[in-house]
Amino acid sequence: MREGLVLSLRQDRAIPLHADLHCAPGEVLALVGPSGSGKTTLLRSIAGLHQPAEGSIHCDAEPWFDSARKLNVPTQQRRIGMVFQSFALFPHLSALHNIAAAMLDVPVAERQQRARRWLERMHLQGLEQRLPQQLSGGQQQRVAVARALAREPKILLLDEPFSAVDRATREALYYELAELREELRMPVILVTHDLDEATLLADRMCILNRGTILQTDTPDQLLRAPASADVARLLGMRNLFTGTVREHGSDHTILEWQGQRLRIRKQERFAEGERVAWAVPSTGVLLVNVNSGNLLTLDNLVNVRVTRMLSLGEQYRVTLQAMNDQLTMNVPRHVAQRYAVTEGQTLEVRLRGDLVHLMPEAAAQA
Amino acid sequence: MDWTALLLSLQLSFWTMLVLLPVGIWMGRRLAWTQMRSKSLLEALVALPLVLPPTVLGFYLLVAMGAGSPVGRAWESLFGQQLTFSFSGLLVASVIFNLPFAIQPMQRAFESIAPEVREAGRCCGLSPWQILIRIELPLAWPGIVSALVLTFAHTLGEFGVVLMVGGSIPGETRTIAISIYDRVQAFDNQSAGLMSAVLLIISLAAISLSYFATARMTSRPPHA
Repeated sequence: MREGLVLSLRQDRAIPLHADLHCAPGEVLALVGPSGSGKTTLLRSIAGLHQPAEGSIHCDAEPWFDSARKLNVPTQQRRIGMVFQSFALFPHLSALHNIAAAMLDVPVAERQQRARRWLERMHLQGLEQRLPQQLSGGQQQRVAVARALAREPKILLLDEPFSAVDRATREALYYELAELREELRMPVILVTHDLDEATLLADRMCILNRGTILQTDTPDQLLRAPASADVARLLGMRNLFTGTVREHGSDHTILEWQGQRLRIRKQERFAEGERVAWAVPSTGVLLVNVNSGNLLTLDNLVNVRVTRMLSLGEQYRVTLQAMNDQLTMNVPRHVAQRYAVTEGQTLEVRLRGDLVHLMPEAAAQA
Repeated sequence: MDWTALLLSLQLSFWTMLVLLPVGIWMGRRLAWTQMRSKSLLEALVALPLVLPPTVLGFYLLVAMGAGSPVGRAWESLFGQQLTFSFSGLLVASVIFNLPFAIQPMQRAFESIAPEVREAGRCCGLSPWQILIRIELPLAWPGIVSALVLTFAHTLGEFGVVLMVGGSIPGETRTIAISIYDRVQAFDNQSAGLMSAVLLIISLAAISLSYFATARMTSRPPHA
């Protein structure tokens, strides 16, 4: 049996679950998906707060749940550290006693001392006697993390721990968690619907939809090669289209899209003539300098019309009409000014063939 | 002034309160947290004494506990005395009559505890018993106090059910409310007035305490 968390769950009723995952000690695994995708149910199953219909959960080879053996270890005996979305601090206990409450098996004197050390470690010294309601959101979150870790858990479970604090606090807490995780020797499961958060904090991401794990991979790999159009959509990829594989060359593949032939990275697992879904990240759509003169030598030029420019501060998100499909690209403000990009304008863009990724078509219609 | 009746009423109130403390906590928690299909029916049953005329409830209790009933016979063979027209019978009736006063405030108090807070207790390794003692009771105590005070005050003033089930045996079942009625029937308005004033003061003090406790509970901000 592997170290860390090993889980395999099946459930059809109420909230469907179809999940197999492994999280190694010291690894941060993010469960990502829209609301209702089952990520919180999965987390609650690990904690023993939800009993799934079928399957098994092992932590460091210790069985916590096994439907075949009718085994379901109660939450109290699972030695987990859990941070709730609402933090769920005990409202009548001070910060210090909230943390001490997780160490009732430790003698009283030592319990207080250890709780104090945790408060210091989370930069909360001086706030020992404050009640949760007298703490800011960020401070409450840190007490909740300290309380979860004070138990010396075998696994740390974080249920959207950053959603209840404002943006500035969140950024600060990201750094603290990133710092803290260097020292953590246990598997960490982070539930979030925020992709940027998952990309920033997680070693690997699990993409969930309707209770099913669609793909588990590193954030980089996921964004570069989503397994299906569904995953691409859940990852927020906007440039998602269908086309036909025309031929495989020695170092490239030709993809036909709306009558146009695109020369892309070689992807031989799709047969010539096969309909496919394809995606290109918004960073793979480039403005072309019309004045450079050597336009004909460039691959994958697409004639488009600018339909919308949305200012995102430093950048514009530009929506382009390319025949019947819409392309999205991000253009830095100064570049947009230099090229004098305006709404209604017609221009040429280039698709980076090395970033075009092909996926089975069937899933695109699911 | 019928001191025996006052003492009896205070004893009845005290014992009713004591019996309903664990019953109320148990039922209140169950009704607050379990999503059972029979929940509405149970809640309705608990609330029934609020709307039922005391004489109706008293009549059914009299029939159910009487010497001819299985309960009455079992009681008599166990303890060698009748259940009706005794202090024990009065206590049973009083407990049933006060179910809504004890259970409802406790249910509200337990309902106000966020489910995640109890789950957090489990995640911290606290046993169900530790969660009850360390988390739930400290959070629900104003509701519990309020329930106990209401029960106490309500039992003091109970009339119809007591009369139906207990009659008016001095020192055994004649409570202060019945004694007041007796005095008025005997045109002894002075004693009736004195006893009424004593009852008024005790009830007012009890209800004030209950409101004070409730105010403390509701002034606490919602759980973050």
